[in-house]
Amino acid sequence: MSTALDSFASVRELRAALASRKLSAVELTQQLLQDIERNSVINAFVDVRAELSLQQAQDADKVIDDPAKHPLAGIPIAHKDIFVTRHWRTTAGSKMLANYVSPFDATVVNALNNAQTVSLGKLSCDEFAMGSGNEHCITGPVLNPWDHESVPGGSSGGSAAAVAAGLVMAATGTDTGGSVRQPAALCGVSGIKPTYGVVSRYGMIAYASSLDQAGVLARNADDLALLLDTISGFDPRDATSIQSCLGQANAPGRILKQYQAALDQVEDHSKPLKGLRVGVPREYLGDGLDQGVASAVEKAIEVLVSLGATRVDVSLPNTKLCIPAYYVIAPAEASSNLARYDAVRYGHRTSSFDDLEQMQARSRAEGFGDEVRKRIMVGTYVLSHGYYDAYYLQAQKLRRLIAQDFKRTLTQDCDIIVGPVSPKVAHKIGSTSNDPTAEWLGDIYTLSVNLAGLPAMSVPCGFAKNDRGIDMPVGLQLIGNYFSEAQLLAIATQYQKHTDWHQRRPGVSK
Amino acid sequence: MKWEVVIGLETHVQLATRSKIFSASSTQYGAEPNTQANEVDMALPGTLPVLNKAAVECAIRFGLAVKGHIAPRSIFARKNYFYPDLPKNYQISQYEIPVVSGGIIHCMVDGEPRQFELTRAHLEEDAGKSIHENFLDPVTGMACSGIDLNRAGTPLLEIVSEPNMRSAAEAVAYAKALHALVVWLGICDGNMQEGSFRIDANVSVRPFGQKEFGTRTETKNVNSFRFLERAILYEVERQIDILESGGKIIQETRLYDADRDETRSMRSKEDAHDYRYFPDPDLPPLVITSDWIERVKAEMPELPQDLRQRLVEQYGLSEADAEQICQSRATAAYFEEMVTNLPQGQAKLAANWLMGEVAATLNREEIAIEQSPVAAKALAGLLARIIDGTISNKIARDVFAQMWQSGERADAIIESKGLKQISDTGAIAAMIDEVLAQHQAIVEEYRAGKQKAFNSLVGQVMKLAKGKANPAQVNELLKQRLDG
Repeated sequence: MSTALDSFASVRELRAALASRKLSAVELTQQLLQDIERNSVINAFVDVRAELSLQQAQDADKVIDDPAKHPLAGIPIAHKDIFVTRHWRTTAGSKMLANYVSPFDATVVNALNNAQTVSLGKLSCDEFAMGSGNEHCITGPVLNPWDHESVPGGSSGGSAAAVAAGLVMAATGTDTGGSVRQPAALCGVSGIKPTYGVVSRYGMIAYASSLDQAGVLARNADDLALLLDTISGFDPRDATSIQSCLGQANAPGRILKQYQAALDQVEDHSKPLKGLRVGVPREYLGDGLDQGVASAVEKAIEVLVSLGATRVDVSLPNTKLCIPAYYVIAPAEASSNLARYDAVRYGHRTSSFDDLEQMQARSRAEGFGDEVRKRIMVGTYVLSHGYYDAYYLQAQKLRRLIAQDFKRTLTQDCDIIVGPVSPKVAHKIGSTSNDPTAEWLGDIYTLSVNLAGLPAMSVPCGFAKNDRGIDMPVGLQLIGNYFSEAQLLAIATQYQKHTDWHQRRPGVSK
Repeated sequence: MKWEVVIGLETHVQLATRSKIFSASSTQYGAEPNTQANEVDMALPGTLPVLNKAAVECAIRFGLAVKGHIAPRSIFARKNYFYPDLPKNYQISQYEIPVVSGGIIHCMVDGEPRQFELTRAHLEEDAGKSIHENFLDPVTGMACSGIDLNRAGTPLLEIVSEPNMRSAAEAVAYAKALHALVVWLGICDGNMQEGSFRIDANVSVRPFGQKEFGTRTETKNVNSFRFLERAILYEVERQIDILESGGKIIQETRLYDADRDETRSMRSKEDAHDYRYFPDPDLPPLVITSDWIERVKAEMPELPQDLRQRLVEQYGLSEADAEQICQSRATAAYFEEMVTNLPQGQAKLAANWLMGEVAATLNREEIAIEQSPVAAKALAGLLARIIDGTISNKIARDVFAQMWQSGERADAIIESKGLKQISDTGAIAAMIDEVLAQHQAIVEEYRAGKQKAFNSLVGQVMKLAKGKANPAQVNELLKQRLDG
């Protein structure tokens, strides 16, 4: 399949084409609306409103001549359906919010609107961002553009699929336990989750507040830098957003400036990563890692070494504990965060009931899907009187141990940590439905990062065969210290200058 | 058997901030339903709480005033329970680490100064209101429950006392002192009808001498001091009756019904929620630096107990007078302004007038001292005329009444009505001569040893002088004339 974005390798290239008036933002938007329609089988979009997108494109065309001032004007993007929007429906993939329209835009949405990007609509996700395959969703599964029988990953599956399919240049996502990095890896696109607090959570429907962080998915690290920089910044409406990152004000401009400085610093262009110590945790290459994935990741590490980096074997001994820690803390917070969906003020309300309790119980039973109900029940249990100490407090202790592992490793042993994003390539749609914990185990390499609040990204690093012999994308994870987004992006950009995995497109070339 | 009563109070004090504790909505009372509830108060998807610093400053003020410990780092927690007027279905409150712990409330019980210890004071948000009676669905016209979220998110300071009160009278004295203090500090408007100060009373009884507490009940949301007294008295009697007839007290939440003057069960412990408290991940720990405390301290009014002490030491007032003057900041300010406009050593006269004539008139007119038509300085002007002998205390009361009515200054009224006291010895002596000449019979009685006759003669002189003669001079001169 081909789309209007095929001829543009990056945001900067597309922006230059728009500035030179080779095509207008309106023309591009019109073509993409048709592309979305033609590719509707992917099922990535859950709400498309042509008139709104075209209006934004028209506005973008008014400033299209000034790319220096408006570097993202006219760039087609779309939002994960977990960010509230005033004009598009916001469902969080749930029947509970099937017809919900927010009276305000999320801070992230506002930032991209102000940058004059053109939104093509809302992208499917797992219900309330709970899931790793975009299978738990009222609008049905999203298909992986590389293989329509496979999942795109999740929970930002619609975002990854739409970027991979060339329907948008970039998409917003959220990452609570890997929900940006894992679908990016499984769909062969680049994705970044910044340090907790760098991007505002205001207007992002909460799943697990202490872990949720907005991120971006795009074709390459340079595009990510442009977009992440735009949505970053302290927000007075989010008490957990950060005012200052290691002495620098958390505001748009910081990441891009640091990123450019890191690129400009390079003296030996054949060895741009000279002096960089790359830590490879032995716990990330052990049991459960698919051979094909392992081999692609190993090759990527070799590329980094060939670019001047030094490989250091490191250990994150508490890695395995991230699964129990995460699957206590996240459901605990979720059980409370999702209590507001009670059929009183908005959202799904059951058709018949005798009293208030029945109205609420039935509405919630009908409005929430299985995975959400499962996590609410787990969360309610672990917070209950008599169990709190054994589960929630223990999990918080594990969380501190996991964060200490990273802190020690990133201060003593290495500058960044690399490894796989997901132990396997994308699985077949429906294949995990009989094993309720199989999907949870797939998050082993991503959860720790959220528990520690660190920035991390995923970049395409090759392919591995799935169980039907189809080549599926593999992602390399890069994990940095707090506020090292720019450093990670610069390293990824160097990697992408010397590899072309990120340029591979489904149905075009493999 | 003799029973000992054990009472502890939990008081919800609505803080007098302009906006809500976690949102920018107004806290003004009495607006149309749901007009003061924004997306945060309504718990729309994607909204987050941001702590209002003004609410924290109220808590710091309170902590300083009761000399409690102000936590350098306290935690907001979520108290999870489903209720339709609690939009998030959890209340943000403080659980393990409150902003203030400990502290003392000073009050008078039966004329004796007493102290009651506090356990803690913590910040939290209020819920909205459910309206179950006389409410119709605007669409279908059917009876239904209405929800008003204007109050949702209003800042509260929940102040918990130790269970150290042993009678309804002590509980009421504590509650009144606490009420006066939070109003004094400017952190609460004190309006009990509007729910700005609501009391939950934990009451139990035990045989005298027993160490362990009896099973307690909690009577919720009492909104007047009289109801508090009635509710406690009822509850004590009910509990003793049950125990003396061999029954057991059930730990439960009760409600005071003022119409029937009784408490009745709301829910028992078995129905109690498991609130599943956990730290709110949306709010970082509340950090209060010593600098912040110092800044708040600098803006604090003088505390009532400090002021009381100062009034005794600086002006020589009695403890009881000082206590009365410190009933409100406005009364104390009025007093001090009077005194600074009077010659030294006249504080007692000022206090007597303030608690006598002024208080009585304010009471009769049902207005607060801030609204008094006679300002402190004007009253001092009147008292100055008593001190310098221009008018008597009795005449001054008439002048005060006229000042209240007309707003004129004391001197103007004394002048225009010719109320100036006669202090001229010659004039008084002449009047005495006239009286003595006219009332020979009484003079004879006096000479015969009847002391009462003297008072009668003084009265006649004052009558002749139309009350304006200086009474001390009249006494002295008359004595000289009769005995000399």
